Amino acid sequence: MGPAVIHDAHGYPALRPDLDLLAGMVEPHARVLDIGCGDGVLLHYLDRVKGCDARGIELSQQGVQECVARGLSVIQGDVDHDLDYFPDDAFDVVVLSQTLQATRRPDLVIRNLVRIGRRAIVSFPNFAYWRCRAYLLLRGRMPRTEGLPYAWYDTPNIHLCTITDFVRLCAASDVRIKTALALDSHGRVVRRDAPGAYANLMGEIGMFVLERAPRISGGLDDTDA
Amino acid sequence: MGPDAGGASHIARLAVDEAMPLDCGRSLGPIDIAYTTHGRMNADRSNAVLICHALTGDQHVVGTHPVTGRAGWWETLVGPGRPIDTDRMFVICANILGGCMGSTGPASINPQTGTVWGTDFPLVTIADMVRAQKLLIDHLGIDRLFAVVGGSMGGMQVLQWAVSYPDRVFAAVPIATAARHSAQNIAFHEVGRQAIIADPQWHQGRYADHDTRPTKGLAVARMTAHITYLSEMALHTKFGRRLQDRQRMSYGFEADFQVESYLRHQGISFVDRFDANSYLYITRAMDYFDIAADHGGVLANAFRGSRVRFCLISFSSDWLFPTVESRTIARAINAVAGNVSFTEIDTDRGHDAFLLDEPVFARIVSGFMDGAAAHAGLVRP
Repeated sequence: MGPAVIHDAHGYPALRPDLDLLAGMVEPHARVLDIGCGDGVLLHYLDRVKGCDARGIELSQQGVQECVARGLSVIQGDVDHDLDYFPDDAFDVVVLSQTLQATRRPDLVIRNLVRIGRRAIVSFPNFAYWRCRAYLLLRGRMPRTEGLPYAWYDTPNIHLCTITDFVRLCAASDVRIKTALALDSHGRVVRRDAPGAYANLMGEIGMFVLERAPRISGGLDDTDA
Repeated sequence: MGPDAGGASHIARLAVDEAMPLDCGRSLGPIDIAYTTHGRMNADRSNAVLICHALTGDQHVVGTHPVTGRAGWWETLVGPGRPIDTDRMFVICANILGGCMGSTGPASINPQTGTVWGTDFPLVTIADMVRAQKLLIDHLGIDRLFAVVGGSMGGMQVLQWAVSYPDRVFAAVPIATAARHSAQNIAFHEVGRQAIIADPQWHQGRYADHDTRPTKGLAVARMTAHITYLSEMALHTKFGRRLQDRQRMSYGFEADFQVESYLRHQGISFVDRFDANSYLYITRAMDYFDIAADHGGVLANAFRGSRVRFCLISFSSDWLFPTVESRTIARAINAVAGNVSFTEIDTDRGHDAFLLDEPVFARIVSGFMDGAAAHAGLVRP
């Protein structure tokens, strides 16, 4: 028997705290794209509880089929190839939860996020979290933590970064950080206004709300008011 | 036994007052469209599902086929409690324009001459088939179809419905199909057509006047096509190099191998239920199908502004309509921020997988239909 499922006020299974936090940032009835939507837990919540026009992209066949069988609109595809096909401003919010580190080109992905969405919400494991640092320092081996449970040879994560790295990438990509949070492994906020040394040390997960900065360079749409 | 004893066969006479214009420039009317219905239409006529059949299918989607005596071609998917649930939905399946199971086609009588049309029949396109279906839907008093569902050529019709009449379709399920027929597929069709045309009994398409039929040519066409419906793995698993009713090779041209015997059987049983000229016309309609070409060469333009909920499904071992074709359509719909689901189903059964019992496939269609029904506000009876 699995653990008892906790239900929310609507009778839906309660979301994982980080997803709950994320869902709270999405306004009702928004057009949302959840990239790497897994089995569709967040998507289902946004679609059924918040009345969003919610769509998803998922790499795994099993995940996509789980979602479609639940009546959700999900395509089988990947963030490195399929985002290019979406038009500018197609969505109010684009969500990339715990997927950035598994992409081939996080820099291009971030630019695409703020191109196709008015806002993007991105979360990723912070490789500068003190436990990671301690693991590597003391054991001399690639860190394995609750947030990064894989061995170095079978991990889907190919571009791990730190909160500080991410902030620098955003600055270099003309992406504006609207909100920055550092979360613990349970998805609880340990620091708001996160782009600091403390957050970089204490945050297990970084969660950012991004917007396209005005006068974007690199051939992207620059008509953002 | 068919899953739906409540099914009924009908023939509607359409385009009676005014002939229907065709893409080829000619027009046709009156038009007979033979169709079956299963389940009940609800009070506000919002639960209709149109099923579009493939090249060699017909309107007998469920229930016993009157010619072959076999079960309907989509018993796995359509019926009470099935993914396309006839307890809930009013299912309509029509024999296509150009077909030979009761709809007007080359084997019908030309009202102008009183003789069989044969190759005087005008060339029809997939869009023409859909136009005729739309006349039927109008005739049934349905404003908007809850869903249009179909595989292969049926999937082409589904796409054409969504593109031609986006306001008349809530959800669309194109399965194992493409937005255009590929060169390879046209090539296979040409082999089939040439087999029919080369049959001395074809008589330039006027075989009805000679009281004969080009059955050998049609059987060869079917044999070629049938290979494309299966995968190498499916053929291997089913037959391998096993011999048929013998211990050793005949060193001649008898059907030594089981696979030969199987194909010959497929060919022979096909000619009992299909018209050779119909085969020529329908394969040609598929060859001409190219939605992008109809929209300035940009597929996405076909879906611009569409509010149809799409669910595209492909099968991993389908080499006739490979997954890349479905992905192309999904990306085109994404390009105009349309609503699309898309998945490939892992199977080694080839193109024909959509007609077979594939539990994952059934689960996806079922889930999509339920989700779409929730969004359409269709309540369970």
